[in-house]
Amino acid sequence: MMRFSGLNLIAQAFSGHQSWPEQWPDKAPKAAYDVIIVGAGGHGLGAAYYLAAKYGVTNVAVIEKGWLGGGNTGRNTTIIRSNYLYDESAHLYDHAVKLWDGLSQELNYNVMYSKRGVLMLAHNVHDIQSFKRHIHANRLNGVDNEWLSPEECQAYCPPLDISPNARHPVLGGALQRRGGTARHDSVAWGYARKATALGVDIIQNCAVTGIRRGADGAVLGVETERGFIGAKKIGVSAAGNTSVVMNMAGLEFPLESYPLQALVSEPVKPIFPCVVMSNTVHAYISQSDKGELVIGAGTDQYTSYSQRGALHIIEHTLAAICEIFPIFTRMRMLRTWGGIVDVTPDRSPILGKTPVPGLYVNCGWGTGGFKATPGAADLLAHTIAHDAPHAINAPFNLDRFRNGRLIDEAAAAAVAH
Amino acid sequence: MLLIRCPYCEEDRPEVEFVYGGEAHIARPLDPAALSDQDWEHYLYIRRNPRGRHHERWRHTHGCGRFFNAVRDTVSDRFEQTYKAGEARR
Repeated sequence: MMRFSGLNLIAQAFSGHQSWPEQWPDKAPKAAYDVIIVGAGGHGLGAAYYLAAKYGVTNVAVIEKGWLGGGNTGRNTTIIRSNYLYDESAHLYDHAVKLWDGLSQELNYNVMYSKRGVLMLAHNVHDIQSFKRHIHANRLNGVDNEWLSPEECQAYCPPLDISPNARHPVLGGALQRRGGTARHDSVAWGYARKATALGVDIIQNCAVTGIRRGADGAVLGVETERGFIGAKKIGVSAAGNTSVVMNMAGLEFPLESYPLQALVSEPVKPIFPCVVMSNTVHAYISQSDKGELVIGAGTDQYTSYSQRGALHIIEHTLAAICEIFPIFTRMRMLRTWGGIVDVTPDRSPILGKTPVPGLYVNCGWGTGGFKATPGAADLLAHTIAHDAPHAINAPFNLDRFRNGRLIDEAAAAAVAH
Repeated sequence: MLLIRCPYCEEDRPEVEFVYGGEAHIARPLDPAALSDQDWEHYLYIRRNPRGRHHERWRHTHGCGRFFNAVRDTVSDRFEQTYKAGEARR
């Protein structure tokens, strides 16, 4: 792996930037690996990287049915935050935010993590009470979050309309200053490049078609479009397709896959300095470094694997955006797209072991998996390497749907998040 | 947006008239006290979530207001058929 640096950039300029080496060669699969990760998104590639870099397992393959980072990693709105209500969630998401902090240096790849702050708007008395409760709970868990008056909200985010006559009056907001955005593709590319340098094989355009198990029930490897690949341990990080992969091992999961849409505007000069979310009217918005406004919509109501959603969902979101930010009413939207998100009944992820020996899972991130990428990847790698979950992801087990110890962030946020 | 045929109104109507009701043919336990934790988990939380043919419930909320069942392909989102509540699984 060639290290990226200012000196290398100058050196490469002499050859007209024609001799940069390939960042991650596409490998043909070997007969067997110690660990196979199914799904080359940020979570899966990250797990392979942490297995190699942190837990000393380098004989690893990442198998992907499409192309690297082409699923939800390339389709989200890149928001990072950790202001979750429950202790278990706060620890989980803050583990990720702490890893985001040094990620660019660690990977020698600019993931463009920008702590521009995530501001959640309160529009009614219930919001105020709920957000203040979140703020206190967060601070007890060492997660930064603070209350802003409407004037402070507008000072932090000037395009905000705080007039009392607004359709959705702003009564205040909760601000997490460490929250922000990152460049989604860079995360997948950075992990892929560094993992490859440590000996990981990335095998793209190779769908997993089955999971082979031995007489004792333990996994033996995966059947793929390019033949059987052996492995004693398999980590599944397949987002919306997790139910499909789990069925191959004879497991049924508490998951439903829904389309989730997002859209971007035409690029404009810097106008929007932070991330603003409004749970009540369901709108969230930020501006990418390229200048596009990045807007997230809600999920469609029905389950689907189609990677697209209905226009009335987009319409609803844009109506909310225009009510809160009248300044954007004449902006033109450039592109919309959809991803398939796997949603659990309590809106918290499932990260740990499965009833099948040697089969591990990282799924159920629903509409908010991007922010957790480094944390989820690290914890999946830890769980695979030790055959036991880390204390942070132990509560996010599959058994909670049987014993009732749910982590009900859906009720806490009163909205999919 | 989906076009959905209500088997009661016998008309193709836009999706905004309907509310999705989740997976169909999940039978409510007849003797709840006899259920094990595993049975409860299966009834409350486990879903088939198939890639392909899916049996699901819809309600024609802004129409006749009635629940019915549908078979839809979850990859193409195309409806195969809709049928009245209480009819056998197709």
